Amino acid sequence: MKRWRIDPVVMLVAPATAFLVLVFAYPFLYGLLLSFRPLEGGWNANYVRFFSSDRLFPTIGTTLELALPATVINLLLALPLAYRMRVTSRYQKWVASLLVIPISLGTVMIADGMLTYLGPKGWLSQVLQALHLYDGPIHLTHNYAGVLLSLIISGFPFVFLLVLSYVTGIDPVLPKAAATLGANPWQQFRHVYLPLLSPGLAMAFCLAFVQAFSVFPSAVLLGAPAGPTRVISIAAYEAAFEQYDDSMAACAAMVMGLVQLAVVSAALFARRLFYRGPVVGGKG
Amino acid sequence: MNLALSEANPVAMRTGVVQRLGSWWTGMNSVRSAVGGDFEELRLVGLSRHYGGALAGRVAALDRLTITVRRGEFIALLGPSGCGKSTALNLIAGLLQPTGGGIWLDETRIDVLPPEQRGFGMVFQNYALFPHLSVRRNVGFGLLMRGVRRSEADRRVDRALALVQLHGHGDKLPGQLSGGQQQRVAIARAIVVEPPLVLMDEPLSNLDAKLRIETRAEIRRIHRELGRSTIYVTHDQDEALSLADRIVVMRAGVAQQIAPPHEVYAHPANLHVARFMGYRNVIEFASAPRALGDQVVLARPGLTLTGTVRQDIQGPRAFAAIRPDELVARRMPSTGSLAGIVEGFEYCGRDSLVDLAVADGVRLHVRTDLPVSAGDRLYVTAPPERVLVYPPEA
Ligand SMILES: Nc1ncnc2c1ncn2[C@@H]1O[C@H](COP(=O)(O)OP(=O)(O)OP(=O)(O)O)[C@@H](O)[C@H]1O
Ligand SMILES: [Mg+2]
Repeated sequence: MKRWRIDPVVMLVAPATAFLVLVFAYPFLYGLLLSFRPLEGGWNANYVRFFSSDRLFPTIGTTLELALPATVINLLLALPLAYRMRVTSRYQKWVASLLVIPISLGTVMIADGMLTYLGPKGWLSQVLQALHLYDGPIHLTHNYAGVLLSLIISGFPFVFLLVLSYVTGIDPVLPKAAATLGANPWQQFRHVYLPLLSPGLAMAFCLAFVQAFSVFPSAVLLGAPAGPTRVISIAAYEAAFEQYDDSMAACAAMVMGLVQLAVVSAALFARRLFYRGPVVGGKG
Repeated sequence: MNLALSEANPVAMRTGVVQRLGSWWTGMNSVRSAVGGDFEELRLVGLSRHYGGALAGRVAALDRLTITVRRGEFIALLGPSGCGKSTALNLIAGLLQPTGGGIWLDETRIDVLPPEQRGFGMVFQNYALFPHLSVRRNVGFGLLMRGVRRSEADRRVDRALALVQLHGHGDKLPGQLSGGQQQRVAIARAIVVEPPLVLMDEPLSNLDAKLRIETRAEIRRIHRELGRSTIYVTHDQDEALSLADRIVVMRAGVAQQIAPPHEVYAHPANLHVARFMGYRNVIEFASAPRALGDQVVLARPGLTLTGTVRQDIQGPRAFAAIRPDELVARRMPSTGSLAGIVEGFEYCGRDSLVDLAVADGVRLHVRTDLPVSAGDRLYVTAPPERVLVYPPEA
């Protein structure tokens, strides 16, 4: 009888696997099972309640309304900036560092800064009034705009760095070839960079979206958590720590994961429509 | 066969639906080259390109190249690796900015224009095919940018693909082609728009011997048919000799000789050009040559040669350069012949390339159809007009 042997190389993945099981798979499965053991009612009572309650179900829409625009805006901001900075120049390092600074600040820090700067009595409002540019009240905090803005600020460096790495990965001889064939700078971007970047942009979208969708601190600190920015994570938080209904909170978390999965799958499916392969034009 | 190939290929990728949808849109954005069209002459005046710091460590990849390319002319840039051939081509195409000199197309100064407004076709040394576009769409790219009608573009793409023998490969992606096939796509892509000047950077380097000679003839034919100008970069002297109207021999960024093939071949301007053109026998003489009518006599222990001076000789040293096929080998001595012993030989079919030890420290390469074996004694003579005498290289 042949003895079943484990390839020693396979053992190298064991620590990572164990780590994944312990901190991801186990809590996930625990939460999944927990969500099907409601405090009262049948096995699916939580889900029935979530999708029929007008306190819970609309949080999906609220969160999407924040996360989708924030992600798209960040991509639209990052793409032209990264494109401009694809060629190394003297200023590139400095501009890149400047753009990336927010990544080193926590969301809470950003929220606090924004409250001080953009609040009704904040610097911005004071400066505008002192210069007599605008005397009305400024509504950039404790509402939708505040949360959106903070999502953009905290998410941008991440998207920018991702997109920059994709852009610089494209062989610079390709746009040159396009130029000798008569393509102006816009056409070079449109016909060479954009198609080759699309798969990368889809990936950046997924990562940034997932990050934005789980917004919590800024929605509480900068938003109106009772109404317009009552995002899904707030609903989960309330269930867990105000109503002590862990099972319902687990259900909200599962729904949150499901929505993220749906959006990410859609983006990855769209990615399949693009060319994916090496982004060089020669005998590699 | 086509299908089987693409299925077997692991790089089976899809071209984007989005790109296909987008193609209608580009028709509206086409630019016409500001210069484009035909020209009488292209003048490079002191064209230079330096790399490195402002003062220290500044090296010239191309140093003051001056040449006038006439309409319909075929120019070959010939030289060893790193001598600045690609640099010259990139400067003309507009992909590099010169650090000195200028480029004129008739009366227009064009070195200030971006590449898309110069309208020159270019075949890149490493192909630079668009990896996300099929072969057809790669070839058709220039036509699309110029806003050529779809039916017309299809016809011209078909013709260009047939010209480079790639019909049937049109729907593949570049990643699914062999190196030689990619190279031919690059050629087709550059010539399909019939540019007034085609720049080719070693376009045949990856083809096998047979295809290379076929494609060489094809390039020459296309060049004649279009009646446009071509600047062709190569390090292969046979290619340069067979294709060009004029050859620019380069070395370390400096043009050494600009002349028609027969002149470069028979009368190299200096020792470097001679070496590059196959003058394999280069013999050093420590004493200055002695004049003898039109010719000079060179002497070193055990060896005296009569030759022709091709370049002013100032110092005490001189070099004689002789092609292996211009030495005549016989079994019997004759007047002025040099005796030598066969040390080794390479059999080449019709003849052999013989290493002949003639005087102490001097070994000659001789081409002969005599049957030889190691240790044979042979007598060689060299016609004095084919023994070229040069000063040492600068
Ligand atoms: N970006 C650069 N920075 C510094 N030096 C460079 C740069 N690009 C090219 N060079 C130098 O310029 C010289 C000429 O390069 P070029 O590419 O024109 O050579 P080439 O004649 O085309 O050689 P090959 O036959 O190998 O392609 C080389 O010595 C190279 O090292
Ligand atoms: Mg080169």
